[in-house]
Amino acid sequence: MSQDNGGPDPSFEDRLKAARSKQGLDAPPKQPLGDQGGLGGSAWGIGARVGVELVSALVVAVAIGYGLDRIFHTTPILTAVFVPLGGAAGVVNLWRLFAPKQSD
Amino acid sequence: MAAEGSSSIDALGQFQLHPALGAIGGSVNFTQSNLMMVVAGLLVLALLWVGMKPRAMVPGRLQAAAEMGYETIMSMCTETIGHEGRKFFPLVFTLFFFILFGNLLGVFPYFFTFTSHIMVTLALSLFVFLLVTVVAIKEHGLHFFSYFVPKGIPVALAPLMVAIEVISYLSRIISLSVRLFANMMAGHVMLEVFGSFIVMLGGIGLLGYFPAALSLGVNTILIGFELLVATLQAYVFAILTCIYLHDAVHLH
Repeated sequence: MSQDNGGPDPSFEDRLKAARSKQGLDAPPKQPLGDQGGLGGSAWGIGARVGVELVSALVVAVAIGYGLDRIFHTTPILTAVFVPLGGAAGVVNLWRLFAPKQSD
Repeated sequence: MAAEGSSSIDALGQFQLHPALGAIGGSVNFTQSNLMMVVAGLLVLALLWVGMKPRAMVPGRLQAAAEMGYETIMSMCTETIGHEGRKFFPLVFTLFFFILFGNLLGVFPYFFTFTSHIMVTLALSLFVFLLVTVVAIKEHGLHFFSYFVPKGIPVALAPLMVAIEVISYLSRIISLSVRLFANMMAGHVMLEVFGSFIVMLGGIGLLGYFPAALSLGVNTILIGFELLVATLQAYVFAILTCIYLHDAVHLH
């Protein structure tokens, strides 16, 4: 048990680390938050996310446009203005999700 | 299900609300959905209370589960939000376990998945959204509104970009709630459809036995898949809350 190997003793930290990695106790290195691999990395998951992000932005935009139209009695105009904005916002959402992280 | 004949599949009937707890529940509109929420909450409390009771140095199964849940959420908070994340740990922990237990309880027969109703998930995501906004305004004051002006854009484009950013910010409510709701509902509709296939195909005699067995196999796989989705969606909800809180605390 208490055998001493003659050479320079590896520090306790090193031995602990080796033992932990042998037992699989150390968590694998975390992937950076930016690539969001944990949020449904499968093709199906990515597809669902894309759909949800695009549609939800559009829904919000249509709701805003329609609501403002109701208030100002300008029925089709503001809805028509906000629909493209909503589409753009959806694309912005997607860009946030899948953009390669370089800065920040 | 399919009481009036084997020609129709009532895939959405399972999401109907019924009063629970007899006459008392009926008089105050206490539905089975509310009952499941109470059950989920009690189960989370039970996991923590019973699990942590032994306070053993070498944890048993329940204690290990409770500790792992604690540590996972704690590291999620501190890694995603930053060192301020500890403040939000109780919130994220509660959200994660409430949704996780709600999703998982739905897999059991005769149980109800309260997260398969958009009203529930929308309430949760509205709560998260309002909280994130309040935190951001409290941390940064009026400077918070610079969040909607991306760095380094030409002045001429600013009004357009602000409108787009505001819509993008508001769309979090919808995307957060719809993601959870749609995943849970889709899974249960699939289960119901394939379950009906088993009954219908088994009813037509010898020819139907093989496809019926096939449907049973599909349903078995789907149950496993549903367990995965239940956990994953609870995790996604929690980590997105963390990401939004990170944005609120740090702006950009």
